[in-house]
Amino acid sequence: MQDAREALMVQRRSDGTVTRRPLSPHLQVYRPQITSVLSVLHRATGIALAAGTLLLVAWLVAAASSPAAYRGVAGFVGSPFGLLLLFGWSVALIYHLLNGIRHLAWDVGLGFEKGEYRRSGRAVVIGTGALTVVVWLVGLIAW
Amino acid sequence: MVAKNGDPIRTMRSPLGRVRGLGAARSGVAHWWAQRLTALALVPLSLWFIGSIIALAGADQAAAAHWAGHTVNAVLLLCLVLATFYHMQLGLQVVIEDYIHTEPSRLAALLATKSVVMLLALAALISVLRLAL
Repeated sequence: MQDAREALMVQRRSDGTVTRRPLSPHLQVYRPQITSVLSVLHRATGIALAAGTLLLVAWLVAAASSPAAYRGVAGFVGSPFGLLLLFGWSVALIYHLLNGIRHLAWDVGLGFEKGEYRRSGRAVVIGTGALTVVVWLVGLIAW
Repeated sequence: MVAKNGDPIRTMRSPLGRVRGLGAARSGVAHWWAQRLTALALVPLSLWFIGSIIALAGADQAAAAHWAGHTVNAVLLLCLVLATFYHMQLGLQVVIEDYIHTEPSRLAALLATKSVVMLLALAALISVLRLAL
């Protein structure tokens, strides 16, 4: 027994054999809905963005070090794999930002009606797509 | 229980529990508040940063260093780095506490995360300061 709570998880059948009690239904049992999927995505993009800060740190350290180091980082970011990472990072950041604003609205008690949180969820998805396209169009034109 | 103005107090918490403000987790609401405040700060900072890196696309080291060395940009970069890594540490802490249930591995994961976050944040801060000073 790893945990004292394990004691609540075992029971005896009427014939005396020991068995585990059933757990409450978990994630895979429920039909995915926009609310649950966006919630999972918020956490997933948060974790991805944590990994993405390595890129931010590499960029700042290189800028403060030498032109050669900066060329190295810029070359990596400009490579096909680097651009893929940068694209994923931009989508994750824009999604986490927009859905984060949705969370902040909930924190002050706004948008809890059934229709409202579905609408705000759709708005976040559409906004993420639109803003990502705009950012990359402007970025590629500027580059 | 009745408040001073005569209204009934609609809470299950004892007056002492309310004054202490620590809640059921015994650590208060500091974590929750810090996560929200850093989130709020990161809304304009992230938008500014996205705009800035678009403007810096294809720039060489001299141009990037010149941009980051400007006082306004350096101040905003320092704010961005502090808010980002604080927010990130708070978020990763919640994820670890949700999924790692055995105490030794949870403590190890929390300490490792905090250490890595601190090292990354310091590397970023020192770099910005080197460019700005």
